[in-house]
Amino acid sequence: MKISLSWLQDYVPVKTDVERLAHLLTMAGLEVEAIEERFAYLDQVLVARIQEISPHPNADKLKLCTVDTGQGSCRVVCGAPNAAEGMLSPLATVGCELPNGTVVQIGTIRGQASEGMLCSAAELALGADASGLMALEGDLPPGTPLNQALKLTDAVLEIGLTPNRPDCLSVIGIAREVAALDSASIRRPEIRLPEPHGRIEQMTSVTIESPDHCPRYAARVVENISVGPSPFWLQDRLRSVGLRPINNIVDVTNFVMMETGQPLHAFDFDRLAENRIVVRTAGAGERFTTLDGKERLLEADMLMICDGQKPVAVGGVMGGLNSEIDPGTTRVLIESAYFNPISIRKTAKRLGINSDASHRFERGVDPQGTRYALDRAAQMMVDIGNGQLVEGCIDVTYNLPQAPTLDLSVSATNRLLGTAVERDEIARLLREIEFETAIKSDDLLTVATPSFRVDVSRPEDLMEEVARRMGYDNIPVTFPTLPAAIQPPPKLLTQRQRMRDLLAGMGFTETINYSFVHADSCRRLRLPEADPRCRQLAILNPLSEDQAVMRTSLIPGMLETMRRNLSYQSRNLKLYETGKIFISEGNDRQPVEKEMLAALWSGDRIDQQWHTKPVPCDFFDIKGAVEGVLEGLHVAPVRFTRLEPEQCTYLRYGVAAKIMAAGNEVGLVGQVHPKVCCVYELKQDAFIFELDLARLLPHIPETIQFTALPKYPPTARDTTLILDEAIEAAEMLSLVDQMDESLVEEVRLFDVFQGAPITAGRKSVSLRIVYRSGEKTLEDEEVNRLHKRITDRLVDHFKAGLPT
Amino acid sequence: MATIEQKETIVESIDQIRAAALKEIDTATTVDAVQEINTRYLGRKGVMTQALRAVSQLPADDRPAAGRKANEVKQAIAAACQAALERIERDGADQSTGIDVSLPGRKSAPGSRHPITLITNRICDIFTRMGFEVVEGPEVESDYYNFEALNIPKDHPARDMQDTFYVSDDIVLRTHTSPTQPRVMEKRQPPVRIIAPGKVYRCDSDITHTPMFHQVEGLLVDENVSFGDLKGTLTSFVHQMFDTQTRVRFRPSFFPFTEPSAEVDILCVICRGKGCRVCSQTGWLEILGSGMVHPAVLENVGYDTARYTGFAFGMGVERIAMLKYGIDDIRRYYENDIRFLRQF
Repeated sequence: MKISLSWLQDYVPVKTDVERLAHLLTMAGLEVEAIEERFAYLDQVLVARIQEISPHPNADKLKLCTVDTGQGSCRVVCGAPNAAEGMLSPLATVGCELPNGTVVQIGTIRGQASEGMLCSAAELALGADASGLMALEGDLPPGTPLNQALKLTDAVLEIGLTPNRPDCLSVIGIAREVAALDSASIRRPEIRLPEPHGRIEQMTSVTIESPDHCPRYAARVVENISVGPSPFWLQDRLRSVGLRPINNIVDVTNFVMMETGQPLHAFDFDRLAENRIVVRTAGAGERFTTLDGKERLLEADMLMICDGQKPVAVGGVMGGLNSEIDPGTTRVLIESAYFNPISIRKTAKRLGINSDASHRFERGVDPQGTRYALDRAAQMMVDIGNGQLVEGCIDVTYNLPQAPTLDLSVSATNRLLGTAVERDEIARLLREIEFETAIKSDDLLTVATPSFRVDVSRPEDLMEEVARRMGYDNIPVTFPTLPAAIQPPPKLLTQRQRMRDLLAGMGFTETINYSFVHADSCRRLRLPEADPRCRQLAILNPLSEDQAVMRTSLIPGMLETMRRNLSYQSRNLKLYETGKIFISEGNDRQPVEKEMLAALWSGDRIDQQWHTKPVPCDFFDIKGAVEGVLEGLHVAPVRFTRLEPEQCTYLRYGVAAKIMAAGNEVGLVGQVHPKVCCVYELKQDAFIFELDLARLLPHIPETIQFTALPKYPPTARDTTLILDEAIEAAEMLSLVDQMDESLVEEVRLFDVFQGAPITAGRKSVSLRIVYRSGEKTLEDEEVNRLHKRITDRLVDHFKAGLPT
Repeated sequence: MATIEQKETIVESIDQIRAAALKEIDTATTVDAVQEINTRYLGRKGVMTQALRAVSQLPADDRPAAGRKANEVKQAIAAACQAALERIERDGADQSTGIDVSLPGRKSAPGSRHPITLITNRICDIFTRMGFEVVEGPEVESDYYNFEALNIPKDHPARDMQDTFYVSDDIVLRTHTSPTQPRVMEKRQPPVRIIAPGKVYRCDSDITHTPMFHQVEGLLVDENVSFGDLKGTLTSFVHQMFDTQTRVRFRPSFFPFTEPSAEVDILCVICRGKGCRVCSQTGWLEILGSGMVHPAVLENVGYDTARYTGFAFGMGVERIAMLKYGIDDIRRYYENDIRFLRQF
């Protein structure tokens, strides 16, 4: 909402400078977002003296003027009849933007250069006169900016109003707040209109068929008016708040709306069939053309203002083209109504219209302000449009909302605010913003809410007014008492934090991707239809196709991020993300939200450096990372089992595994399928792991149990076996495990070799078995016997050979 | 029997050894060279060891003096070696055995956490120390928890304050973290002291808005909780988040679920109140929305409004991170350019 200081001062004296006023309003809850100087454009318009005039060689009506600009002289082509040597006139210099949007440029007019523009009052929006140059009186020195020379200054405040304060959507509303700052009161314009009853009742009628939508409708008629441009002062007022003047009748309705906050509408009375008004809801499928020339499809229960036969306006939202004021209009019916805010809001939303009127009606106008605005507009039309008021006024009402009278407890107010304000002080603060107060008891005030404060319905609303009027800065600072017991954070939060720390320690960079992805993501990941991750939750109003559904996997976002980084020449990537995925349970229900962790490794494990060549990362790098995370979380035992071909959708078969914690699947690790890389336009291999945190969490121990350190030394024995290449390392380790030898402390696989001299199809695997007893130092003899038994078992079971 | 001459010869030669050794030591420039000299003179087969052996051959009368002399020289050489080693170390003169320490190390480069994570953690830490418990809620919410329970009825203009992503008429992407308020209060009786970080979504994308961003919500409900307590708690938060010199102001505002409502501004950390682009020339930065919990919200969860009051607040993590780290464009957070992310 824009308001100019000059207009504001019609209703209330402003005693402080504009910065201070802006600060006070902001601290009273009316946030001043910007202050503009309305005449700033005149900085570039200078007082200039016409020194010499010569005829334009190529045009009869144009003259060549040499003008003194204070810093020198310049030549300007001018067509004004009143241009005369020695005359002082405003010169818009090159680069200046005039109120009508023209930007002054160095130009050539009929072959003659012109270095500025001598202006009329109308061109500068300083008056109505467009007939010739604006003549400047007095002894103004050339070169002075025009705003300084004429002492023109007017600040326009841009106020960001919260939706609870429709009462301030008007100059009088703001004036009321400004007056309260000084404990002053406002001057309302006086209205002198004759009796409410008279001839109007024979001329027209108002029938409200939908009182729920329209509890009040008032009308007056002005006749014998002449439609034309408004006087300059009225146009100037409208322009000062960013409204475009149209004609005197429409301008009056807009002026009164800005002044009082009550939207008005003016109908051409003679274009109303049967010269009467019917307020009813629309029939579904009806079509109606609004003032902006657009045809609208109406829906049932949209409120329409109709004449005897047809709709003439969308009630409270926008007038119709069919009853618009035009230059031939002589009789005007002025509408001033109170519409149901919800009804207006629904209609405006559905039609996609946000007009100054609907903006006010949907927030709530003053139900008791209807007549004042109507009378004010009628009087102005009489004054400005030279019209004659038809005696009388129509005012139909049904169940108007009543402003509540509330009991306010002084002690409850002080308890909520943490203050110690006296009862009488509270009463004074409220009275200054037009709440009426009466003392009910020592602790209770009876407070009557003014009708324009539609936001006030509870005692807490009054307490806010008290706090606001006192100034929030004047409320003492206190601290709540600390609770005796503080809850520990949920396990998910602490463990997720631990995972981030572990991954950061391993060199992974945390990313955060959008939770919404392209609907095609499932297909890009090659997921079969039966996969739960194909149950995507679609957004009804997405911003783009790329953000149309909630993600069901962290992988698409991760791959997009990889692609973006590759395009920035960042080739070596170690990324991770923790966040939710969303599995739809149908659009009318909340989805299942699952917390996931995903990481990606691509490019080189080690950059090329002075001591080493670059080494590309592979499956065992990402596997090592997830092993590191799980070890850091004390998850044990962890096993990796090969992913079956049908489970390999976005992972490459043979280079992918399930991650098992204590026998339960908690995630996947592997190489991203080359076809998926291709879809995401990734030109290098990528390795990922993902963990389902809900499944993993039970395997993270709550506490750590210390194990006593061994007292006796270990003895190690190595064995190398040559066996079939298909035998997995895990099978060998688990076979030793199954033998359940208490002296075996650890089995470590330390070498794998394939190729000559080993026969094709076989491989050599070396194991180191560490033996230790908790009771004594082991004898070599004993270890050798045990080691042979284990080796024999391995040889026997895997049909292995020993190296020769 | 050795003669006096012999004795003098020995003493003389010891003096010569001393002179030669000290000269060599003086010109040595490497640790290795000094150590070699040390061994050559004082080692098991060294020159001085042999000289001492010669002393032992002298007549008994001459031996003490010559022996003393030899020991003095031995100590002098040892001391000179030591001094030389210290000199070489001090001067960094030892070029022969050193390495080029300016070559890059075999580092295991650390990773990084997202700036949003860092700031969220910091906010949660501050409130945890003030006795708040961290909770989380669903990101896809029912209309009831996102709006109705928070005193934002359907067709209320307050809904315009947030551009909502809809899944259906009744299911939305949460537009704020505030739904955690009724969700937690429904499940427990006061005192309630929670902090709820998380992702929120609004149908808005331009230079200053991303369709997904992060908020932290706070709620405290108990007996005798006042607006003064809200001011104290949030002022303390700002002082811990920024610094204790940061000026804070509370200004009336409107949120449907609080009454009275307050916007919390801090003096612009960029221009210190003079007015700049970041604070839109106002000198102040809006960083928190807050207020006393609206009685309608408490009634919706069945709390006794005569007994309990509370305050609630919410803040945008992106904005605070921008101020803390001097980040100039909110879109940076979600481009995930590692050149950006690795700075944190």
